This record gives sequence, C-alpha cells and structure tokens, in this order.
Amino acid sequence: MSKTIQEIQEEIVDEFAMFDDWMQRYEYMIELGKALPLIDEKYKIDENLIKGCQSKVWVHAELKDEKLVFTADSDAIITKGIVAILIRAFSNHHPSAIIEADTKFIDDIGLKEHLSPTRANGLVSMIKQLKMYAVAYQTQLK
Amino acid sequence: MSIATNNIAFNVDEIRKDFPILNREVNGYPLVYFDNAATSQTPKQVMDAIVDYYSNYNANIHRGVHSLSQEATDKYEGARRKIQQHFNAEKAHEIIFTSGTTHGINLVASGFASILKKGDEILVSALEHHSNIVPWQMLCEKTGAILKVIPMNEQGELIYESFEELLSEKTKMVFLNHVSNALGTINPIKKIIDKAHEKGAAVLIDGAQAAPHIKADVQALDVDFYVVSAHKMCGPTGVGILYGKEEWLNKLPPYQGGGEMIATVSFEKTSYAELPHKFEAGTPNICGGIAFGAAIDYMNRIGFEAIARYEDELLDYATLKLQEIEGMKLYGTSREKTAVISFNIEGLHPYDIGTLVDKMGIAVRTGHHCAQPIMDFYKIPGTVRASFSFYNTKEEIDRFIEAVKKAKSMLS
Ligand SMILES: Cc1ncc(COP(=O)(O)O)c(C=O)c1O
Repeated sequence: MSKTIQEIQEEIVDEFAMFDDWMQRYEYMIELGKALPLIDEKYKIDENLIKGCQSKVWVHAELKDEKLVFTADSDAIITKGIVAILIRAFSNHHPSAIIEADTKFIDDIGLKEHLSPTRANGLVSMIKQLKMYAVAYQTQLK
Repeated sequence: MSIATNNIAFNVDEIRKDFPILNREVNGYPLVYFDNAATSQTPKQVMDAIVDYYSNYNANIHRGVHSLSQEATDKYEGARRKIQQHFNAEKAHEIIFTSGTTHGINLVASGFASILKKGDEILVSALEHHSNIVPWQMLCEKTGAILKVIPMNEQGELIYESFEELLSEKTKMVFLNHVSNALGTINPIKKIIDKAHEKGAAVLIDGAQAAPHIKADVQALDVDFYVVSAHKMCGPTGVGILYGKEEWLNKLPPYQGGGEMIATVSFEKTSYAELPHKFEAGTPNICGGIAFGAAIDYMNRIGFEAIARYEDELLDYATLKLQEIEGMKLYGTSREKTAVISFNIEGLHPYDIGTLVDKMGIAVRTGHHCAQPIMDFYKIPGTVRASFSFYNTKEEIDRFIEAVKKAKSMLS
C-alpha cells in the first residue's frame, strides 16, 4: 500500500523540522532541486508554463493507471526545489486525492513564511496548477 | 572618476541617523537596502513634514476662505516653487503636480493625440521602462503615428548615430529616460534634445532615475517636458511632477475633467483654468506635494555634487569587488552611469541569488526591472540589480559581496 498524500506531507514536515536555520533549509531545497528528475524537453513549452513566478516553471501531467504523474522543471534552482517538494507530495495519486489534498504543510515547513509575496504567489500558482490538472483528468476518468 | 576623495562635508554616519528604517533588521540581520532605484528611503525631515501637515493644517486647498485652507495652499504652492527652483523652471506654473512619472508621461502622451497625424513618427529609446512605452503605443494606435526605437549597444548605451538616422521632419516626439533604471546608463540628453529641436520635434525626458542623483536644469537643457517621481528622491509615493514649457502646456488639452481644472462651468461650455490648474483636476495629494518639497530641501542641504561624488565612490568600489567573483557578468558598462549595478553570475539564475541574499538581510531587485527589451537584447531572463544611495556605505557593500559569494557557493 503506497503512502497517502497526507502521510508524505507529514514526512516532509518532519524532514524540515530537523533543520535549525534557514541556511540548512535552503541548502536542502537546493539539493532537492538538483535531484528533481528531468522533464522531457518536449514538455518545456509555453502551454506548460506557470504564470505568477519570477522564474520559469514548466509542469507536465500524465495519467498512468488512474494516477496522475507530474514532471516539472524550472530555470531557477530554488524554485525547482519547491516544485520538487510539491511533486513529491502530489504526484502519483488519484486525481480525486489531489483535488482534496490539504496544503497546510507548506506553512508547516516554514516555506510560506520564508517566501516573499511574489514568490509565495508563485507557490500558490504552482499548487493551483497541479490541482487544475487533477480536475481536468478527473473528468476523463469518469 | 576619483576613488576615495573623501568629502569632509559629507558624513554618512550622520546622514544615516536621518533614516530610521536603516536601523531595522531583516531575517535576523541588519538591513542593507540596495533597492534604491525602485524606491528610496524616507528621512525623518520628510516624515516630520507629513506629520506636521496632518497635525496642524490639513485642509483642502485653493477653495476655502478659512485660515487652514490658506495655510495649506501656501505650503503646497511653496512646494511647487521649491521644485521650480530645483529644476530651474522659468515659471512656477510650468510645474504640474502629478501622481508620479507614469502619470506625467500619460498626460503628455494623451495630449499629443490631438497634435499627431497619421504618418507622424515618435522615437523612443531601447532603454525604456517598458510600462512607459505603452502610452506611446496607445497613442500610435489612436492616431496612426509610427513608433520607432533608438537601438542600444552592448555597453547599454544608445547608439547616437542611429538616433540621427531615425530622426526626420516626420518626427514629432522623442521620448527617452535621462538615466536607465535597469542599467544606470546616463543618456546624452542635451545632445539629443538639441538635435531633435533642429527637426522641430518635442522631447519628453523621463527623469525618474536621474532625479535622485543629478540636478537637471530644464532651461539649460531646453527640454520640452521632464517628469519625475518623488519616491525615488526621498519623498513619498504617489506624487511627482511634470515640467512642461509654458507654450507646450498651453497647446495640450486637459487630461482629466473635474474640480480645480475649470474656470467657469455651465452645461453649454466650460472654460479651463489657467496653468497649472488646467492639469490638476480634483483634490491633489496635498500632503505628498508638501513632503516632496521637504525631500527636495533635504537633498539640496546635502548637495547633489556631494551626493554624486559619494555615490560614484560606492559604485567604483562595488564594481571592483564584484568583478573579483568568478563568472561575474556586468550589464551596462557605460562610463556615464549612476550607482546601479546589474549583473548575473554564470550558470546561476538571478532569482536564486536574490532569494538567498535576502535571507542575509540584503534587499536587491531581481528580474527584468520592467525593461524587457533590454533583457531580450542581452538574451537573459533578468539580472540582479543593486542600486546605491548616498546613505549606503562601503561596509554594506562588503556584506553584500560576502552574501553573493555565499549564495554562489550554495548554488554551485
Ligand atoms: C525610468 C523610470 N521611469 C518611470 C518609472 C515609473 O515611476 P512611477 O511608478 O513612480 O510612476 C520608473 C520606476 O520604476 C523608472 O525607473
């Protein structure tokens, strides 16, 4: 039985709780960004760009065995780290689970608090985009 | 440029005491504010003027017979005269209060709708703030006039020869900034104004970025229009001025209808008020105008020569130090520039650098700085921009350099 979104989010919150300061948090985020699997170049197109971020973020979604799989990339590494966290939480779940998922963990890991309004907007846009994909694919499943 | 010609009259430690915000901490570090090109910080003297206005003589102007209204009107008109003197305008009514640079540009551009004909040409520079290109595009759509762009070179300077080639009898308006906000380049505006006048074209100079560093003399420049925002020169946001030559201001139609801008009103015909009120419809930002005057006083007490000399020192110092960082690429390397440094580090996104230095208490700007055409020219998504003011110090630059180095090592 694979983990639920809720469980993964708790895992992420626990990981971030181990760091004492912003430096370590950001270092970890940079690491996550670098480790994010590469998106297929053919998906780095304008239609997949998320608006509201200072850096470019591309997200591609694909349905596999009734589960929605996200791949993403960004030209900025910290943004890529944030995307990596979101993908870890939301990718590979049934669209309905993604639609219902809570996003409070963003606050809990101190991400939102540490992101300026413009960046936080980017974060909000990213979550919104993931959920929109889920809504779109949900209708396909019915 | 001379380095370390320490100006004795200029005591930065004393000056910093005027700016309470410089004492605050950001993310656990003392604030280093290097985003002065976006907006400048406010000295106590300007805050005092604001408090004084609301504490002692808040009233609507130009209308009441009562004493408060008189006092407010006197102070407001006094500020206009200060600004007139500062920019050396011939007449006080050539200074129109606006809500800022953007407003001033729109006021002139919309006025030109009644002057331009199909086929007329407007020249704008490639160094513009892109939101300020929009009013001219709208004007061209409305009138059938044609917008042409004066190109720039690799150093971030306008190519004067191209300007000469583009300029013709068809050119009715030339629009460019005195100083570029993205790169800090100081444009040779006097030369451009004179040349444009030879062909009968009017010139509007966007002085938003120049005003905090250079005291422009509109008569010596012989410029037709000059616009600035108070908030870039120690004043409050939401107020600025448009300087226009009297003959031009008389030629342009009013921008907005409303109170203050009329002489007599009936349903058959309204006659417009005299300058400057013709362009100042509605209750203005009274307090803002007065505080703008206080900001001009403040900066003049320090002196623009001293400010420029000190800021040049900061610029030279920071440029030298930044270049020691491997992979550093500076954009805008004109010899004529204000204290703005736009840069990238090879392989790194400006956003990442900006995010990390912010964590270390340092405010810089990242992104395209509303100058997308410049970023397209260099084929980059944006830059990190540090812009200095006379209240910044070399110690702050040292901290900034350390922060950039640290960000670089974290990201590489
Ligand atoms: C060159 C230039 N022009 C115009 C503006 C716009 O000024 P405001 O927003 O005060 O109207 C700015 C400010 O960013 C600027 O740098």
